[in-house]
Order: sequence, then structure tokens, then C-alpha cells
Amino acid sequence: MTWLRVLWGRLSGLLRAGSLERDLDEELNFHLQMEIAENLRKGMNPPEARLAALRRFGGLSQIKETYRETRGLPMFETVWRDVCYGFRMLGRNPGFSFLAILCLTLGIGATTAVSNWIEGILLRPFPLVTHQDRMVALTGVDRNGRGDVSWPDLQDLRRNATLVDAFIAEHIGGTTLNIGDRAERAAGSVVSSNYFDALGIHPILGRTFEPSEDTGRNAHPVTVISYQAWKDRYKGDPAIIGKTQRLNGVQHTIIGVMPEGFFGTFVGYGFQFWVPASMEDNFEGGGYKLEDRGARWIEGFALLKPGVTIEQARAELSAIGKRLEAAYPDTNRGRGFQLYPLWQTPFNGAGTLLPTLRISLVVACLVLLIACANVGNLLMVRSFSRRHEMTVRISVGAGRMRLLRQLLTEGLILSIAAAAGGLVLAYWCRDLIKLLFPASPGIMINLPAEMDLRVLALSAGVCLITTVLFGLVPAMQASKIDLAAALKSESGGVVGGRGKTWIRSSLVLVQVSLSFLLLVGMGLLLKSLRAMQETDVGFSTDGVLSTFVDMVAAGYDGARIRNFQDQLLSRLQGFGGIESAVWSRATPFSYRSYPSASIAMDGYVAEPGEQPVVDYNEVGPGYLAVLGIPLLSGRDIAIADNETAMPVAVVNQTMVRRFWRGQDPVGARLQVKGRWLRVIGVAKDARYSSLLETAKPFFYTPLRQGPMGGQYLQMRTRLGPEKIATALAREVKAIDSNLAPGEVITLREQVDRMSWSQRAAVDLLAIFCGMALLLAGIGLYGVMSYAVSQGTRELALRIALGASAPHLLRIVISQGLGLTLAGVGIGAAVAVGLTRLMGNLLYRVSPRDPQSFGAAFLVMVIATLWACFLPAWRAARTDPVRALRES
Amino acid sequence: MGNEKSDVLHGSLALMVLRTLDTLGSQHGWGIARRIEQTSGDALALNQGTLYPALLRLEQMGWITSKWGASENNRRAKFYAITRAGKKQLAAEAENWERIADILGRFLRPTSESS
Repeated sequence: MTWLRVLWGRLSGLLRAGSLERDLDEELNFHLQMEIAENLRKGMNPPEARLAALRRFGGLSQIKETYRETRGLPMFETVWRDVCYGFRMLGRNPGFSFLAILCLTLGIGATTAVSNWIEGILLRPFPLVTHQDRMVALTGVDRNGRGDVSWPDLQDLRRNATLVDAFIAEHIGGTTLNIGDRAERAAGSVVSSNYFDALGIHPILGRTFEPSEDTGRNAHPVTVISYQAWKDRYKGDPAIIGKTQRLNGVQHTIIGVMPEGFFGTFVGYGFQFWVPASMEDNFEGGGYKLEDRGARWIEGFALLKPGVTIEQARAELSAIGKRLEAAYPDTNRGRGFQLYPLWQTPFNGAGTLLPTLRISLVVACLVLLIACANVGNLLMVRSFSRRHEMTVRISVGAGRMRLLRQLLTEGLILSIAAAAGGLVLAYWCRDLIKLLFPASPGIMINLPAEMDLRVLALSAGVCLITTVLFGLVPAMQASKIDLAAALKSESGGVVGGRGKTWIRSSLVLVQVSLSFLLLVGMGLLLKSLRAMQETDVGFSTDGVLSTFVDMVAAGYDGARIRNFQDQLLSRLQGFGGIESAVWSRATPFSYRSYPSASIAMDGYVAEPGEQPVVDYNEVGPGYLAVLGIPLLSGRDIAIADNETAMPVAVVNQTMVRRFWRGQDPVGARLQVKGRWLRVIGVAKDARYSSLLETAKPFFYTPLRQGPMGGQYLQMRTRLGPEKIATALAREVKAIDSNLAPGEVITLREQVDRMSWSQRAAVDLLAIFCGMALLLAGIGLYGVMSYAVSQGTRELALRIALGASAPHLLRIVISQGLGLTLAGVGIGAAVAVGLTRLMGNLLYRVSPRDPQSFGAAFLVMVIATLWACFLPAWRAARTDPVRALRES
Repeated sequence: MGNEKSDVLHGSLALMVLRTLDTLGSQHGWGIARRIEQTSGDALALNQGTLYPALLRLEQMGWITSKWGASENNRRAKFYAITRAGKKQLAAEAENWERIADILGRFLRPTSESS
């Protein structure tokens, strides 16, 4: 405890230094007076007495200094002096300080922001869930890859898995809510009754689901709503519990309200309501699936017991899967289960964002590296101009340690300022990633980004090391300085001279090569984006509008739906501008998936264990014509193909190739879900839900011959979506004021929304590349202007000897270009190795695409010319007489 | 900070100061210096000034306290007094010192005889 008291004494000594100094003077003065008086008493004369007293006392100022050192914290005082001096030095060179701090801020900010996104979106996406660390995603697997899980299988998992605390079932299901005269989708989820308890989320009002509410077909129309929905839609009504809301045509009783900040367990979107598993059919259709082991619809999560690894749980689940295969060969042969860590969750936004975020992180780290190289460069350049200062300070007796400490302090100030800036930048960028997500009215986007201070500390640490490392260069040089020589002559270097320039040159090389790497990456992504936009999707994207009218949500049955569809179509025909219109069950490139069916046909023998399942769409008459899908053989679906006519189907090319060995199947039979249809036509292959998908078998059946009325409306028109939207809302309302159409968008827009992850990657990379280029430009500029300023005398000599200005320009610029070329060479070598990692973000572009490399090279050269021109121009205008006289 | 070289001297000086204050009671710096000189019979050629950093150190350790007061010739002076902790320290240090002196004495006697 004594040291504490000493420290306190010293600290207070530090704070009261002024008054204590007076006290010390007075005390010592008293001592001397007493001694003088004593000496006088002994018989000395006054001058003698005084002299003797002083001699006896010892060196007055040494004693005072020792006393002061004991009193205060000398270390602290010097540090404080260093800090003040550091600020003065940085302030004297505001351009340098600003650039250095800007570079580091950009680097730190970018890295921290991206890491925050990764932390918030991939690693800890559900902040309110108690045991996120034990939560893993659950899917089924079959020989084609990933599938869903059936309810009976899930029950078997629950009974038999000993390493898992809880399994929860989830299935995304939306509904349509009318907002004024427009209808909007609201995202909701069908969940098992243990959902909220397993996640550890408690309602702020009411209750959550009970186990009995899991079963019974559409038997428990109850719903738990989100805080957001409660606030926005029900105005925070405190008596909301027990009120009803129509969801997909069924009145649901609201039984609970979730706490603020809980958006469900689907990365990317915020859910507004949840219903129990028993209501699944109402949201998905296709029959009651809870007793059907073959009906797989669940995307689930498992909460592992504490201490259980995902590998252990995987092993146990695969053993259970094997037992189920043996027990239920009809439905489970070749099927199993798979677990994923949350950040690899394949069925939500995490899976889509993973590649983009991974690349962003790499790129942000590159930007940080470039920033560090840059600041290192700036510090080095400055260090040469400070050599004189260092020399002078050493010659007047400054200790080497003292100089080192001084320079360290300056580096520290830079890093701390940049870290603060980076923190602010990252905080601003927290929500930036939401802007990259496609906007869709009514669907709330929720991408939590958490401030990750560990990453901030790490990137600030890297900056600190850089600044300190390069900040020390002047001190290291100072220690080698031959004082006399250095003071006598300041260097009169030669432009392009070797000597100490190699450190600076290598830093520029690092910058140029990293920037080149980023530029190549961006070029490749831009090219893929263009390739994607130019992809032939197999239908007309322009001139076709799509919208939906959710009649089921309004409580319509089949007959009313058909009636409404016909009425609206006839009203639209009398409407100028709409050439043709058609209803369908699904629309291309929408978030809702197509229905699928098991099929069979004459002459095709499936391999053992193979059960061909193909996606299809139920469409109105003339659908292929409205969408512009070419018909290769036979005819389109027609008005005559109604409930009473023979069931028919139009199949696509891939289906013909796969199941009829390429022979025209028109007139052949096709069995769909046990019912025989007649093939009446062959349609050209198209993309159905994604630009990246490979050709897949697909067929169309008449809407009138299906069980459900389609709710999607496609219109061929030359008018824009806004005009149509207004007119459509009016017409729909005229038929039934309870109905409203959804958003009207072009198919082009619809396709674009589904390829947003590539666009997001391009946007992010564009930002980072811009930053990298800026930083590299600053670095080049700094080095070139220093080189020119050092070589002023040589340039002046050349001018005096008759060199022309263009000649000088050439000398300076060629030196910069040389560095750039070398940097590009290194960057290209690295890029060839690295761009392969971009894998699934590239579309129809080779990772070694020469065009992208060429463009990146061109940009680098232009940036170099820009960075070199100013110093070169200044050099060319040097007045030889003055330059020679000055040096 | 501080000169480690003269730690022994610091230690003995501290002991002298504590002992002085213990016998004389409250005393100012000059008084302490005089007393030490007199007791040592002017054999200790010490700069009087070194006393002051030592006093400060003792005060920081909590072994003595200081207070401004009036001197015998009615001038403002800083008076030092030993604290309870200081007395305890004095006792411990004195015993320690005696033991060391004893041991060193035993060491030095035979050598001087043999030479």
C-alpha cells in the first residue's frame, strides 16, 4: 500500500507544482538564513557567512532538481512535453497530418465496418436469442444436395437426439396486408410451438404457442406479432391480445407481442408475425403435411447441448438418418440431415451474403494495408526533411532515447486520432449495408451490425505499428549521422539516385500492386454484372409488367377467384395500352418458389431410388406469348384448356432432352402427381428463378385445371409501371373494394432484384477501389514530389545546361511510371492467383480476363501520370539560378 | 529516478532523521541537519541540502509529517514530526542496523588481525 501513497503524493505534487515550488524556495531559504545567522554568531563577516552557508548546503539547484524529481512524476512530465511537442509538429505540417490521419481513418474505418457487418450478420445475427453460440441450422440432404425436413422426421430427431436441447421448425410464409389502395407483402413464419421458448425470447404481452397448437390441420388460427407490427400496424394498442387479424384469408387471434429487437430467425428480413405449425397448409397450400413423412417443408434450427460440438451432433443426426432410411425406405431412402454453423446457414440471407462479405473483408484489409504503406511513405518522406532537425537536436545534447520517445509519441498521436476517426466512420457505415439490399415495399430489412471493438483495436494496432515503425526511421538515421558532415551540407541528391530510396520505392510498389489487385477484382465483377444483365433469360424482360392480387388473403374461394380474374381481364382489355394480360400461379424470379411435382412418362424408366421431381407453373391462356417465351413445337395453353377439357401440359427443351431423349413429345402422355396429362407443346428453355441456375426441366399446366387460382398478373404493355399501377388499383377497387394490387414492376426489375448480391459486391468493391486508388495516388504524389524537391539542384543544372522543360517532365514522369510498371507486374502475378477465389461471384468471366487486367493497368497508369505531373511540372519551372544558389 | 548508488546512505540518513525526530520531537530541516552533525561529531561530511529530498521521501512513505509553523526566531519554517508508522519503522530499522553492524564487525575484526 505504501507505493500507492507515494504515487498519490507524487500525483498531488504534480498538480500543485506551482505552490510547492514556492514552499521549497521558502524552506531552503529559511535553512540558509539560519545557517548564515549561525555563521555570523561564530564571528564571520556577512559575505563570508553567506558563502560558507552555501558551501555547506551543496549545489542549490541540483538539490532542487532532485527534490522535484522525487516530488512529481518526471516520466509523466516528459511524456506530456512530448505530446505537446508532437501536436506542435503535426500542426506545423497540417497537410501531412491531414493526409496521414485520413489514410489511416479510411483503412481502420473500412476494416471495422466490414467486420461489424460480418459479426452482426453472420456470426451473431440474432441479438436477443439467449444461446446463439449453441444454435445451428438444420436442413435435410438427398443425393441432389440440400432439401428440407418433414414434420414426422423432425419428431424422430427430437425423440432420438441426445446431444441436442431443442429442435425448432420454421417455414417462411408471407401474407398480404392492405395499406390504403395498395397491397403489401408482410413476411411471417410458420414455426413449431417450442420456437420462442427454445430461443429464450419472452413476449412483452400475452403468451407464445402451446404444444397442442402444433397439430391439427389449420386448427389453431393464433398468431404472435412482432413489436414493429404492433407499433406500426396496431398503433401500440395495449389491449391487442385477443383481437383478430386476417392472414391469408383466415381470421387469426393475436395471442402475443414479441419484444423490441426480435425480428425472427431469417437473416436479411424482419418478420411481422408467427403462426404455429398446424397453420402450415393455410400459408403454403398443398395439403396437410404434418403426418406426411414425404412432405418436406421445414427449415430448422437445433440448439446443441452445452459443450457439444457441431461434428458430434452431425454424427448423431446422420446415425438417426440411417435408422429412418431403414425404417421408412419409401420416403427416406437416400436422405439424411445436415447441420450448419449459423454463418453458413444455407436458406437465408447469410448464405447469399457470405461470399460478398468474405470478399469485402479481404478488400478492406487490403485497403488498410495500402493505408499503412501510404502513411509509412509519408512519414519516411517527412523523416528526410526532418533529418536536419534531428541532427540539431542531437548536437545540442538530446539523448537518443529521448528522440525515440518523441517520435513514438508522434506516431501514437496519429494512430489514436485515426482510430477515433475510424470508429466514427464504422459507426456511420453500420447501416450502409442495408442500402445494398433490394428494396421491396412492406418487407422490412433487418441486418444487425454490431460494433466490434476487438476489430477496431486490431486495425488500430496495425496502424500504430506502422506509424511507429516508420516514424522511427528519422531517429535511426539520426543515430548514424556524422554530426559535422550533416550540419555542413544538406543533401544535394540526384533524381532517381539509388541510396535510401529503396524503402520508399518498395512502399510505392506495395501500394501500386495492391491497388492494381483491387482494380482487377472490380473489373471482373463489373464484367460479370454486365454479362448477367445481358444474359438471355428466355423471356422478355422489357415491356412486361408483373403484379399480384392476393385474393386468398381476402377470403376468396376458388370460384370467386376465377370470377374476379375474368372480370379484371375483361376490364384491362378495354384499357388502352395493355396489349395482353395473363394470370399465373407463380411469376419468374420472385422470392416465392414454384410448385413442384413428381412425374412419370411412358418410355422413361427411372433408376432405382430416383424419383424425378420437376418444378412447374400453372398459367392462364397465352402465357408464353405474353412473356415472350418462344414456342418450338405444338401450341400454347389456350382458353379452351379449362376444367372440363382434357388435362394438358407444355414442357421445356431440357425436359424433352432428359425424359424423351430429344424426340418431340407433342401428343405423348405425362403423369403429374398421379394424374395423366397430354403434352401439347414444347417451349424454349428459360431462366426460372436465378440467372446463375443451369438449364432445368420445367413445364406449364393450365391454371383452370389446377386446384388454386393464380394470384400473379403479367401484362404486356408499352406504358410504365407507375401509370399501370394507378389504373390497376382503380379497376381492382371497382370490382371489390376489399382488394388491392401489389407493387407493379417490370420483369427486368424483378430479375435485377434477384441478382442483388452481385451488385452489392460491385458497389462495395467500387467504394473500396476508389479509396485504394486515392490512397495510392497520394502515396505516389508524396514520393515523387519529395524526389523532385531533393533533386532540385540537378534539375537546375540540367536546365542551365540547356535541357528543355519537356525533357525534364519526361525524366520525372518516367521514374514514376517505372515504379508503377513494376508494381503492376507484382499485382498482376498476385491477381492471377487470387481472383480464382472470387468463384461464385463471377459470371461468365474468366478470373484471368485480359480486358479487366488491361483496364486496371490503364487506370493505374493514368493515376500515376496524375500523381507525377504536379511535381514534374514544378521541376520544369525551376529557376536554375535560384535553385543553384540555394543549394 | 533517484541514485541507487547511494541507497545505503539514504537508508542511514533516513534512520538518522527518524531517530532525531524521535528524540527531539517536532523540528525544522536546519535543526535536524545541525543535530545530525553534532551527534556525528562533524565526522559526517554531508551536504546539508541532501537532507531535503530525504525528508520528502520519508513524508511520502508516511513516516513523518510536516507542518508550517513559527521558528524560535519567529520566522515561518516547515516543521517535521515522526508518525506512529515512523516509530515502528525506526524500531525495525534500528534493530536491523544493529544486526548488520554486528555481523560486519565480526567479519572485519579477524581480517584486520591477520593483515
